Amino acid sequence: MTNWERFVDSFFNARVAAEYFPKIVEGFWLTIVLAACIIVTGLAAGLGLAVIRAFGLRVVNLLIIFVVDLFRALPPLVIIALLYFGLPAAGLSMDGFVCAWIALAAVLMAFSEEIFWAGITAVPKGQWEAARSTGLGFLQTLGYVVLPQALRMTIPPLTNRTIAITKGTALASVVAVPDILGAANAGVSFSFNPTPLTMGAAAYLVLFLPVVIFGRWVETRFAWKR
Amino acid sequence: MTWDDFVLAFFSWQIVSEAWPILWDGLQRTILMSIMVVPLGFLGGTILALLSTVHNPWVRWPAAVWTDVFRALPPLVLLIFLYAGVPFTGLEISAWGAVAIGFFLNTGSYYGEILRAGIESVPRGQQEAARSTGLTRWQTMRWIVLPQAFRNVLPDLISNTLEVVKLTSIASVVALPELLFQARQAQSVTYNATPIVAAAVIYFILLWPMVRVLSRLENKALAGRR
Amino acid sequence: MAIVEATGIHKHFGALHVLKGVDLVVQEKELVFVIGPSGSGKSTLLRCLNRLEEPSGGAIIVDGVDMLSPRTDINKARQRIGMVFQSFNLYPHMTALGNVTLALRKVLGLPKAEAEKRGQAALDRVHLADRAGHFPGQLSGGQQQRVAIARAIALEPRVMLFDEPTSALDPELVGGVLEAMRELRQDGMTMVVVSHEMAFARAAADRVVFMADGAIVEQGTPDEVFGNPQHERTKAFIGQIGRH
Ligand SMILES: Nc1ncnc2c1ncn2[C@@H]1O[C@H](COP(=O)(O)OP(=O)(O)OP(=O)(O)O)[C@@H](O)[C@H]1O
Ligand SMILES: [Mg+2]
Repeated sequence: MTNWERFVDSFFNARVAAEYFPKIVEGFWLTIVLAACIIVTGLAAGLGLAVIRAFGLRVVNLLIIFVVDLFRALPPLVIIALLYFGLPAAGLSMDGFVCAWIALAAVLMAFSEEIFWAGITAVPKGQWEAARSTGLGFLQTLGYVVLPQALRMTIPPLTNRTIAITKGTALASVVAVPDILGAANAGVSFSFNPTPLTMGAAAYLVLFLPVVIFGRWVETRFAWKR
Repeated sequence: MTWDDFVLAFFSWQIVSEAWPILWDGLQRTILMSIMVVPLGFLGGTILALLSTVHNPWVRWPAAVWTDVFRALPPLVLLIFLYAGVPFTGLEISAWGAVAIGFFLNTGSYYGEILRAGIESVPRGQQEAARSTGLTRWQTMRWIVLPQAFRNVLPDLISNTLEVVKLTSIASVVALPELLFQARQAQSVTYNATPIVAAAVIYFILLWPMVRVLSRLENKALAGRR
Repeated sequence: MAIVEATGIHKHFGALHVLKGVDLVVQEKELVFVIGPSGSGKSTLLRCLNRLEEPSGGAIIVDGVDMLSPRTDINKARQRIGMVFQSFNLYPHMTALGNVTLALRKVLGLPKAEAEKRGQAALDRVHLADRAGHFPGQLSGGQQQRVAIARAIALEPRVMLFDEPTSALDPELVGGVLEAMRELRQDGMTMVVVSHEMAFARAAADRVVFMADGAIVEQGTPDEVFGNPQHERTKAFIGQIGRH
């Protein structure tokens, strides 16, 4: 075999590709489900924390800042390892999917809280005063006046951060979740051929390349220079 | 499970002191790896950002596609592809080599995107003023545009560097004995979660100052915008 | 002797025809004042002279150098043409002296000490010798614009182009900049000035050029153009600014 034939036989082997294609597709859907769970819960929790922070209660806010700092400082894989390999020592065993979900949602919560909070504080004080002077309550002002302005500003940084964290779903393969990478890894070790990895990489590109390009578009569309 | 059992399973001082030599070994390797991959990614990013300013579309477009492809591929996928896939071609590649190449490709694209935004943030008048005094394109880039670009996106550069250091934890998946890998080893030997908790604490102590600085910089940028 | 000889300059921005065959000759030590309504192409003309904009057609000779020839080293040629911008465009990360000396060191290749000596002298000419170590952010708008003038004259250009140098300034800061320009003129500098400072034009200009719709409509001494304009468009424009 020439080098080229060997290369094609390794990375683009049609027989192996056909055999593992269904597994990769299953992994593809699992990755999407995991990503959706992370995005929904992570962003909701982040927004919730930012709203609580707006109340300005000292002790609560210090706690929020600490939690945010904690999940910004810890590598996601370390959090996943803590949940998956550590918690069973306390008699609490969770499925790898749940561990990855909780860990990455916590990370997204931390980052999005910072961004939401930045957006809220960027709305001029006069907006609060004008709204309150018309008799709107604190939460009404937040909900009808401040958040609508704040959210628009947060769209670009939030989009990019969400994309970056969602790519972390590949880490779930480390704790035995058969997502795209998990399915590809399994395929490689059964077939002893790296074609499943090629398919896996292609699947990630199919999934994330449009998302990355979308993020770029959002950035120019809602240009918000920091 | 009693409180004492809990402390014993997660915060056992004795386990920490037993596992310390191996954790320390891993920590050193994590730091070494960071010192290696951050400049590597920065170099790749600077090259990509400079290529993106070239007028010739045959240079600019491949640079843009390259950036997006490697931002779309999860870094763990890239790393496993290099470490587990490439050897099938007969090309031996060590864990360190896979990490170096993978991080160069992945983090280079992120730094590149940040620096490109930085270059675009420098007003056109700056370049015109410089060119009107006879500076060449390259001299203008070197002395006028890049210094301002770096400064304008400093928070984003620091933020990305923090992400890169955190990302080194994925090297544990390709058996490079850095901090997380060593903690997992210690955990499986001692049947105790303490080493992973210890690793998390080390990461936090290491990176928390950076998170704080970043938070301050971001708030300052925000205050300046108002 | 003519320092600037621009003939038949055309400029298109896509479908937009912005300069429609402009001829402009500037003699040595002459101060030519360019006026005209917004969008008439004054800035574009100025920027074509040092090729910050690429003209679509025509010829430009500055100090005997063919600016549009591919054999001309454009960076060398630009040393001979100083430019001052409406928005100053000082480099915010460098001190006043750093702004002035950068091109001296990187374009002329002067050693640091020599460059700083010349830079100080240039700052002295705009009466800012004591502000050499200040960053642009620490200077008033008028001082910033004078540093920008010093940055240009430090290269000892044969001609200086000013594009609305005082338009971005508060009224009380305009005087200092005009004073610096007047002194420059007394020292024999050749200048092309786009500005709305009509009093300055009457006092200092040798010739006033009125532009409209990408072409020169009328030109002459300040007295001729302001006192006795010939064309309808010139009359309307002069009348308009007279009322301000
Ligand atoms: N880079 C560009 N791209 C497209 N159109 C341009 C560009 N620069 C200038 N123009 C157009 O060319 C015309 C002339 O512009 P120019 O800036 O030369 O006018 P001006 O006489 O200097 O006006 P003002 O007094 O407002 O400064 C305008 O219609 C302007 O919109
Ligand atoms: Mg103009």
